[in-house]
Amino acid sequence: MSFELLGEAIVAGVLLGCFYAAVSVGLSVAFGLLDVPQIAHPAFLVLGAYGAYWLGGFGLDPLLAGVLLTPVFFLAGLAVYRFYHATFERRGTDAGLRGLAFFFGVAFIVEVMLILSFGVDQRMVEAAYIGKSIAVGDLRLPLRMLVAFGVALILTIGLSLYLSGTFTGRAIKAVAQDQTALALMGADPVRVKQWAFGIATGTCALAGALLIIVAPVEPGLGRLYIGRTFCVAVLAGLGSMPGTLVAGIILGIAESIVLTSLGASWAPAVAFGLLLLVLAVRPAGLFGR
Amino acid sequence: MARWTPFIVGAVVALAAALLLARFVSNEYFFFAGYVVLQFIVLATAWNILGGYAGYVNFGSGAFFAAGAYTAVALIKGFAAPLLVQIAAAALVSGLMGFAVGAMTLRLRGIFFSIATVAVAVICETVVFNWGFVGGARGATVLQPEAPALFASYTRLLFVLMALLAVLAVVLARYIETSWIGRGLQAIRDNEEAAESVGVPTLKLKLFAATASGALMGIAGAPFPLYMSFIEPTSAFSLNYAVSALAMPIIGGTASWAGPVIGAVLLGSVQQIVTVTLSSELNVLVLGVLLVAFVIAAPEGILGLYRRVAGKAGSK
Amino acid sequence: MNSPCRGVPAMFAAIVAALSVFALAVGAHAQTKTPIRIGLSIAQTGPLSGAGKSGLVALQIWRDDVNAGGGLLGRQVELVVYDDQSNPSMTPGIYSKLLDVDKVDLVVAPYATNPTAPIMPLVKQRDLLLIGNFALDVNAQIRHDKYFNNQPWASARDSAAPFLGLCKKVGAKTIAILAADAEFAQNLAGGVRAGLKEAGLDSVYDQNYPPNTVEFSSMVRAIRARNPDVVFVASYPSDSTAIIRSVNEIGIGNSVKLFGGGMVGLQYASIMESLGSALNGVVNYNTWAPEKTMDFPGIKDFLVRYQAKAKQANVDPLGFYLPPFDYAIGQILTQAVTATQSLDHKVLAKYIREHEIKTIVGTIRYGPTGEWANPRIVYVQFRDIADKNLDQFRNAGKQVIVAPDAFKTGEVSAFNQVRR
Repeated sequence: MSFELLGEAIVAGVLLGCFYAAVSVGLSVAFGLLDVPQIAHPAFLVLGAYGAYWLGGFGLDPLLAGVLLTPVFFLAGLAVYRFYHATFERRGTDAGLRGLAFFFGVAFIVEVMLILSFGVDQRMVEAAYIGKSIAVGDLRLPLRMLVAFGVALILTIGLSLYLSGTFTGRAIKAVAQDQTALALMGADPVRVKQWAFGIATGTCALAGALLIIVAPVEPGLGRLYIGRTFCVAVLAGLGSMPGTLVAGIILGIAESIVLTSLGASWAPAVAFGLLLLVLAVRPAGLFGR
Repeated sequence: MARWTPFIVGAVVALAAALLLARFVSNEYFFFAGYVVLQFIVLATAWNILGGYAGYVNFGSGAFFAAGAYTAVALIKGFAAPLLVQIAAAALVSGLMGFAVGAMTLRLRGIFFSIATVAVAVICETVVFNWGFVGGARGATVLQPEAPALFASYTRLLFVLMALLAVLAVVLARYIETSWIGRGLQAIRDNEEAAESVGVPTLKLKLFAATASGALMGIAGAPFPLYMSFIEPTSAFSLNYAVSALAMPIIGGTASWAGPVIGAVLLGSVQQIVTVTLSSELNVLVLGVLLVAFVIAAPEGILGLYRRVAGKAGSK
Repeated sequence: MNSPCRGVPAMFAAIVAALSVFALAVGAHAQTKTPIRIGLSIAQTGPLSGAGKSGLVALQIWRDDVNAGGGLLGRQVELVVYDDQSNPSMTPGIYSKLLDVDKVDLVVAPYATNPTAPIMPLVKQRDLLLIGNFALDVNAQIRHDKYFNNQPWASARDSAAPFLGLCKKVGAKTIAILAADAEFAQNLAGGVRAGLKEAGLDSVYDQNYPPNTVEFSSMVRAIRARNPDVVFVASYPSDSTAIIRSVNEIGIGNSVKLFGGGMVGLQYASIMESLGSALNGVVNYNTWAPEKTMDFPGIKDFLVRYQAKAKQANVDPLGFYLPPFDYAIGQILTQAVTATQSLDHKVLAKYIREHEIKTIVGTIRYGPTGEWANPRIVYVQFRDIADKNLDQFRNAGKQVIVAPDAFKTGEVSAFNQVRR
């Protein structure tokens, strides 16, 4: 592969990687900080994507749709966590398997409801920035990737600042480290966790919109993203927002190089291969606690 | 000490029933659908050995199943191997995979183990995508040979074969459950550190359970190419197998060999009926809803409900 | 402590009972009826549905025509149709159901190569007559003697030949091949690969991709880096759309004189409309175009009737691609059944093999593997396409036929000239 082609692949990989970071940031919070086996996270992403598609039918720009749906998803996240906590977290050792099975079941139900509502056909959105590219030197960068890149940066940096800057944010980080201590400080750990899960689910609205901007979606897409999101969340080091960005970029570059040199048939294995590697070598991830 | 006699009698009765059905039922589609139900008995039982007994949740059941199927395809294409050889080879390959997965438990617990099993499944699928000999992404067609004298069609032969494999799987599961192996696995499920500290050979037991589980799933997959006459990676490695293999024991009850059987027969039959009468999407919806419902309301499964009811009646 | 054996015999009895009830339920569902039932699955959802739905409308028009004329053998004709969702893994189950539960009298293949390949073993095992519906080369290995494909392709090599001829015309020396790893694309790409030497072409890039790939910019970049003269693509509707959009977005480079070839989906009205000007200069196969060299007897009348129905049914409004051929499938069955006065698959197969069939897509003769003896696939070049305009495609001049010579209505222009 020529140097020029490699350079292009890396640039594309960085853009792709930031997009991967954006879709994984919710999982970093839910799974990384709260230890919830949120295997339905990719399904919620696809739900967000279809939300943007549906609102796009009324003429709304997908990013705007994503922003509008964020409070809806946030409230849903609050409810889901409340239910999850009451049913599983309180009940003891066996709850691990059942909690996991619960979210798996939820992911399936979401996928089927999408098929029943929208059909199995691929859906896409139209926007001014989809389909065009800008030329930077010899490179031609697709605008939709640049948009995803920008939004992803805002999302991850914003969340990072929130977690370290605000009281609630720090409470969330504290509850991940030591619940009892937090309770002794006067904050209710369950409510803090519920709030955090709400935020994690809320990000799925905007990240889902990014999903449909970057490529057409169909209901089964969540299955592909289980690998990518968990790879990024684990590689990041559970709960680290800057880590999520870095991990996303690493994955993006790896996938881009494999796509360009070996072709698409090996691409699905990149995320999972990287994940297995991380689990074998350094399960705590790059920036792990 | 468990009594084996009623169990063996029951197993023989079930096999005889399968043979009789193969002889006298005229509708071919019955065997087409019945095969799937029997196959799920094997898959669910296999899953439960590692998942229910030992507590390690395998989300990659599809990979072991497909590994068995693709081993069979490779043998058919390469050596025109007979069915029994295919099954043996499938058991070997999937058993080895199971062993490797069991070794993963050294480092990974809980959800990390489960995610790792998904990773193994996807990587296997990608390897198969790129393996042109067995058809790659296009898939491979396999012609069924002529059915031997006793059977009206080859599908019936496969139906009876799968009934036999189901019985064997359940025998193995029951043996594990009632022996010292089962007790060790239960100790691991309840508290692995404590078990280790009192001298339970946790690694050996986990490796055994994982290998047995994998091998059985591979055996379930080996006749699949002949059954469908066609195989392609996306459906062979489908997440549906993983979720079904997990849902059926959870719904039936993970504590004993009977749970996966109940779950497989019930859920499998419902799935087949829904597919024929309604649609295949609703089939997946039924699976998801039942899984969630049982996980929330009846964590011990149908077996648990039965025991509660029977216990209440019996204790009077 | 409860022994795990308690209740075991009861459990086994319950299982056997459940299986028996199940057997009875399935058995009861299957009944015999007096209409002649023709069973098939067709893509009504999924990527192939753009054409699949239109083909179904054509078959329904045929069924209504036949029934209005008194039916076949004095019996009404009924279509039993399932949606295979464009998914190859669904068809074996569906056809088993059609044969054993619905007990149909005749079967027609699913639309397109990928969903048809999986049912070939089943059809051969049961020795059934199968009318193919736009499947490329699925019988080459299996060699079933009762398979008759209704599509103008003939073999993959015959179909690739006009495209290779165009490569010679533009003076190409190097070629890049991009093909989906699926039955149709690989068959067609195989035809091209086999003819490279004779056409004097050097392959500088040859990649397959898995069928559910959505992201092609890396591959487009890699192709561009090799500066090929020709890019041959064999793809299915979703990938075709993604590839055309990707090329439109980041460019394929200035060296490419010929782009396209075997992209399914660029014949569907909905896709043509949504791609619009991104199609300009692309050369691709088609079965029919509204050009003066393809004005066969009966086809214009059929299209008028089809387009009226299509509007109501909300399917492909033009109907150039699949509908005439699906109506012709019906005509094949009508002619064979009426001439032999039989529904026996052996008898019908013998008739079709030995006789000429007159249809609205011309007179058909079958070759030894069940393909048309004389191929009639054409290659068109998209010219002067504007965005978001469906009606422009109704007129001549938008899909200029550039090969083979027998049907040519214009000379091919180099891709890099058209897309300057």
